[in-house]
Amino acid sequence: MTQPPFVSIEQLSVDFRTRNGIVRALDKVELSIKKGETLGIVGESGSGKSVTAYTLIGLLDAAGRVAGGSAMFDGMTMTGASESQLRDLRGREISMIFQNPRGALNPIRPVGKQIEDVLLRHARASRQNARAKAIEMLQQVRIVEPEKRYWSFPFELSGGMCQRVMIAIALACDPRLLIADEPTTGLDVTTQKATMDLIRDLTRERNMAVILITHDLGMAAAYADRIIVMQQGQVVETADVKTLFTRPAHDYTKKLIAASPGPYSELDDLTAVTNGPADAKRPRRVSAADPGQQAAAAANKFLLEVIDLVKEYPHRQKQGWQWPWSKPDDADSGFRAVDGISFQIKRGESLGLVGESGCGKSTTSSIIARLLDPTSGDIIFNGQNLTTFRADQFAHQPQRSLIQMVFQDPTESLNPRYTALDAIAEPLKRLKKITAATEIKQRVEKMADLVGLPQHLLTRFPHQLSGGQKARVGIARAIAVDPLLLILDEPTSALDVSVQAVVLQLLDQLKTELGMSYLFVSHDLNVVRLLCERVIVMNRGKIVEQGLADEVLRNPKQEYTRILVDSIPHFEPDNL
Amino acid sequence: MPDQLLQIGRRLLQAVPSVIGIVIISFALTRALPGDPAVYFAGAMADEESIAEVRQALGLDRSLVEQFFIYVSNLLQGDLGLSLNTGLPVLEELLTRLPASLELTFTGLGLAVLIAVPLGMLAATRPGSWIDHLCRVLVTAGVSLPTFFTGLFLIYIFYFLLGWAPSPLGRLDILYLPPPHVTGFYLIDSLLAGDSETFWAALRQLVLPAFTLGLFALAPIARMTRASMLSALGSEYVRTARANGLSHRKVLFTYAFRNAALPLLTTLGMVFSFLLGANVLVEKVFAWPGIGLFAIEALVASDYAAVQGFVLSMALLFVVVNLMIDLLLTLIDPRVSMSD
Repeated sequence: MTQPPFVSIEQLSVDFRTRNGIVRALDKVELSIKKGETLGIVGESGSGKSVTAYTLIGLLDAAGRVAGGSAMFDGMTMTGASESQLRDLRGREISMIFQNPRGALNPIRPVGKQIEDVLLRHARASRQNARAKAIEMLQQVRIVEPEKRYWSFPFELSGGMCQRVMIAIALACDPRLLIADEPTTGLDVTTQKATMDLIRDLTRERNMAVILITHDLGMAAAYADRIIVMQQGQVVETADVKTLFTRPAHDYTKKLIAASPGPYSELDDLTAVTNGPADAKRPRRVSAADPGQQAAAAANKFLLEVIDLVKEYPHRQKQGWQWPWSKPDDADSGFRAVDGISFQIKRGESLGLVGESGCGKSTTSSIIARLLDPTSGDIIFNGQNLTTFRADQFAHQPQRSLIQMVFQDPTESLNPRYTALDAIAEPLKRLKKITAATEIKQRVEKMADLVGLPQHLLTRFPHQLSGGQKARVGIARAIAVDPLLLILDEPTSALDVSVQAVVLQLLDQLKTELGMSYLFVSHDLNVVRLLCERVIVMNRGKIVEQGLADEVLRNPKQEYTRILVDSIPHFEPDNL
Repeated sequence: MPDQLLQIGRRLLQAVPSVIGIVIISFALTRALPGDPAVYFAGAMADEESIAEVRQALGLDRSLVEQFFIYVSNLLQGDLGLSLNTGLPVLEELLTRLPASLELTFTGLGLAVLIAVPLGMLAATRPGSWIDHLCRVLVTAGVSLPTFFTGLFLIYIFYFLLGWAPSPLGRLDILYLPPPHVTGFYLIDSLLAGDSETFWAALRQLVLPAFTLGLFALAPIARMTRASMLSALGSEYVRTARANGLSHRKVLFTYAFRNAALPLLTTLGMVFSFLLGANVLVEKVFAWPGIGLFAIEALVASDYAAVQGFVLSMALLFVVVNLMIDLLLTLIDPRVSMSD
């Protein structure tokens, strides 16, 4: 075996110039890939997985610099190659697909043309047959009506379709190495599975090597042959999939594996590695199936009752000019985002609301949070019908403080000009009408303690806080006004798994301590199962299935739920 | 494409309320001006009686509402009234002067675009380089120097000190005859007539005022080009294009610039309307016989019909230019739909 490996990265170090001096992004990274092999690179944000790929392909941005070591591709040194040499290789020998496919495509160029650009650049087609070849590529990535889609713009296609187009572009010139950088982040689970299966099939057909960069251990387990785990710019472990999951060697790998929620994991297991075995540190979550508990709940009235909720959106403006005062045509009923759903939440109960994007789960939660008016239906909250108030006036009602939300993106949902203290104090001032500065400060500090946010961080601005800390601020802000119902809209989807584990545990602990009810909106059944007793599965505005969370996840009765459950990439060490 | 024609028609209809508003406002504004045209035109020696006579002759003794309806009904017949200053119909005055203003404005805008867009692109592709600094200096100069100052400064240097430029007195030196009227643009007309001598003479007259306007227009265009190119170059689709090994040219023009051109076009529409305003001063400085000069003279004399006509034509021009920019945007950007 004197032949050099197909791709080898040796002792690669990369520095980034930042305002605070030089930061080492990669530290002596070693990896190699054989022909036709799929290598998974796993790690949390900032671990250097993307930087590794960008260095290999020569796309490091201006602030980055290779400080040592080398990256070789098929006997050629990529780290010292000239830009024009690299440009010839990119797209022809090595190609790349990115996350957020819609943003990664030129928004004002037909997708077919974008495929042609690559074909023409690498002389894989002539002007005469480029179009036919582009359509053929669209066909290969299983896009229906490729002739028609050739002229589509990215905004006219779904996220999954855009990623297919990206794959078509990446594979157009038959490269020998494909780098997939979080290719399915932001896509629905079923779309995610279809996309990953497509990548696997197409790359196997062509005997291509693949670097799959992901934060999702389950996905790496399902699609990679070998996995390297990265942490803070270093490779901490390299192993084939089976070894990695059955006998993880490094503590960080163990921590990551534990923190990834699987179909059978419990909340305490998530941080078992860091905290030691979870021998009933906290009282076990009481299952709602417990008959005693159920009787007690029945005696208690429901906290929230949703009855036949409908939200209709009018179709886009009809063709032709209309008088502004003319009534919309009754016969033409619009699109029903929420189509007659009913459910209840008991006091102290958590209900999971699960479904893919566009299923109506966010609309439902916004209506319950009274940020949006329903078309019809009732919301009985704490004995009062909330639909009697208009959404734009609900902020003045005393019930406003009783229903609070925790939003999806902890960064976007905090005002960048407010310190953590200001953010948490805001609802106290607005809803509780507390004006005394000392009282506000006292309350905020209490909230910070409750959510485990160190008090010295309270004076910091969002950009000075980590993702987990921002999530805590978001939660503290929501619970500051003593709500009875907390609506959690994908509160952990923007967080790393290890942070997610801690936040989930915090939420569970707060629920028992404060006796709140949760409406947990998520696309991830495994996460929902950890926090909720009951779960509702929605599809196209309707409830498809509901029941106890464990039950629904393990024995789905409906076809749709089964597909949803099956699509979640997960690792079961026994089945590897 | 009948669908698109329908959209264009609808977009044109949307302009109607603005035009109606402009008619009302221009009427009201001119009446609110200080000064009494009757006194002005009756002359310095006039007594009460002759002023009243003039006032009656001008129809100014009627109520404002009456005057307005007379104005509107004349307007509907395409009659903008008589200019008291020149004694000619306002419409005729505007039509003969408009080409002069447009020739100047378009040349100025064209110059600005030709300089600013490449400059902004170069600055965006090489941030921190000398060209980026040059761009910044020019932008600052363009913003901070008023047009009348730039105009006088250029005249001082190129006419008075160096003597390279002809005397800043209108569109053509008195030695030349204007070319036969076809478009009203001297440059084009002289070329059509095959009269290269007149062409060069007209061009020599045009250079200084056009540069004065151009420097003014350059600043916002260069700044916008630089900013939108920077954001396009940092975008994910440009990263994709680079990851696919597309040539530098293709990445820069097809991927980055076409996207950057969208906000740029919107800016161009705004800059054009600034130029219409700046024109008035530049025409005054260079004695350019455009509608700006005409408007100043009318304003001084409280020449109602002329001022109204000027405001109205400027507003219409503005509406037309923005309409064209909207249409262009829909052609370039598939996401823009005019029905919204």
